[in-house]
Amino acid sequence: MTITVHYFARLREDLGRDGDAVAAPEGPTTPADLWRQLHAGAPPPRLMVAVNQNHARLDTPVADGDEVAFFPPVTGG
Amino acid sequence: MAVHLFAEAFDPWTLLAQWERALPLHGLGATSVFVGRMRDVNEQQDVQGMFLEHYPGMTERELERVIAEAAARWPLAACEVAHRIGAVEPADTLVVVAVWSAHRVAARDAGAEILERLKHEVPFWKRERLADGSERWLDKNTPGH
Repeated sequence: MTITVHYFARLREDLGRDGDAVAAPEGPTTPADLWRQLHAGAPPPRLMVAVNQNHARLDTPVADGDEVAFFPPVTGG
Repeated sequence: MAVHLFAEAFDPWTLLAQWERALPLHGLGATSVFVGRMRDVNEQQDVQGMFLEHYPGMTERELERVIAEAAARWPLAACEVAHRIGAVEPADTLVVVAVWSAHRVAARDAGAEILERLKHEVPFWKRERLADGSERWLDKNTPGH
């Protein structure tokens, strides 16, 4: 099983792709752990996070099969 | 209570008339309507167009959550929210928030709250196209403007 990761807006363009698929680790994980694993560094400031399409935090628990999204501050309206 | 995403230009007043035709208006003393349009100037530069990216699925869920939380706080009879996505031209309508209630305070305050939360919580992102052909992502919404 995997954890699906999405990127949006400027972040998607900066990373050059709209997502990643990550093999779920043995133990508990978080969006911050996934970011460090995928991008070899700390998450950038002002990064927003969603888990399963709900607003979340960098330390929200993430489980096998979850959908995680990273994006910049939203600018709708 | 519903959310509507439009990939093409739409007329907010036609939409409002459609919504009102579906409502029993008896007892609803107050309607508040906010219509937001794309400006052709931002940060002292001419803006020729815009692209509105969104997170399909989460966008609709978040709009529904924002409306439901307003309906839990104020006595609302109905609420409809419309938002553009995709390529947008100056003067196109970007957002409509319409709220119906028995009295003015609930309609007015709930409408304002829904719009502010939409701007800061619902996953939409604007990328502007400038007169010289370059593009830029907006970093944030201007607070309180």
